[in-house]
Amino acid sequence: MASALINVPARARRGEVIEIKTLVSHAMETGYRRTQLGALIPRDIIRRFVCTYNGTEVFSAELHPAIAANPFIAFSTVATESGTLTFHWTGDNGFSVTESAPITVDT
Amino acid sequence: MRHTSRREFLLTAGGAAAGMALASMIAAETARATPAAMQEAIRKVVGSASVKKGRVKLELPPLVENGNTVPLAVSVESPMTAADHVRAIHVFNEKNPQPDIVSFRFGPRAGRASVATRIRLADTQTVVAICELSDGSFWSASAAVVVTLAACLEEA
Repeated sequence: MASALINVPARARRGEVIEIKTLVSHAMETGYRRTQLGALIPRDIIRRFVCTYNGTEVFSAELHPAIAANPFIAFSTVATESGTLTFHWTGDNGFSVTESAPITVDT
Repeated sequence: MRHTSRREFLLTAGGAAAGMALASMIAAETARATPAAMQEAIRKVVGSASVKKGRVKLELPPLVENGNTVPLAVSVESPMTAADHVRAIHVFNEKNPQPDIVSFRFGPRAGRASVATRIRLADTQTVVAICELSDGSFWSASAAVVVTLAACLEEA
């Protein structure tokens, strides 16, 4: 079972730029590697990552096979209001993982 | 029945092994992007717009031992307001099997156009980052990386 690790500050001041770190476990099989018998290993990667803040998309990424296994992505967003940050990864072979983190914003 | 001598057997076996090694090398060689393929991939993103050097900060270690995980950080100085923000950052390489590495999309809500991730590099090469601003202009930065152990093409 795939699992994700997320680091979001629990509290922030309104308007503050916060850094978010995400890591999801996935082999990111490139589709270019071969077994010792020469058979090509089919591609199996995460293709898209989206972060939404109370339903509004704030950041997204399109991934290619050149992203290392267990994709790590660190990015920023503005703390606008209290609520939840939702993280969604989708990829080959129906891969889909959703994770969320709460945030409290002080005025 | 013809008797195969030890010498003959070794010769044929060696030849077959060399042939197989050559075949797999050719297969590996075909799966390679070239600097021209990278330019083409960049063209696909920027269209006919011109790409100027500057504004983008691309951080990669100059020498990496393991191409399977190379830390990459890209940032662009921008106020990130609704009128003036970074729309996207695209990262390309010239010698992996595919020229694209990753595309990040931002809006004014991102607050800061700064991202970090880990990538794979198949060979010593130049990595290029291109940013797209909300006014439609494109800016680029490049970094040369020396890789001692390549990623992507090894046997599983």
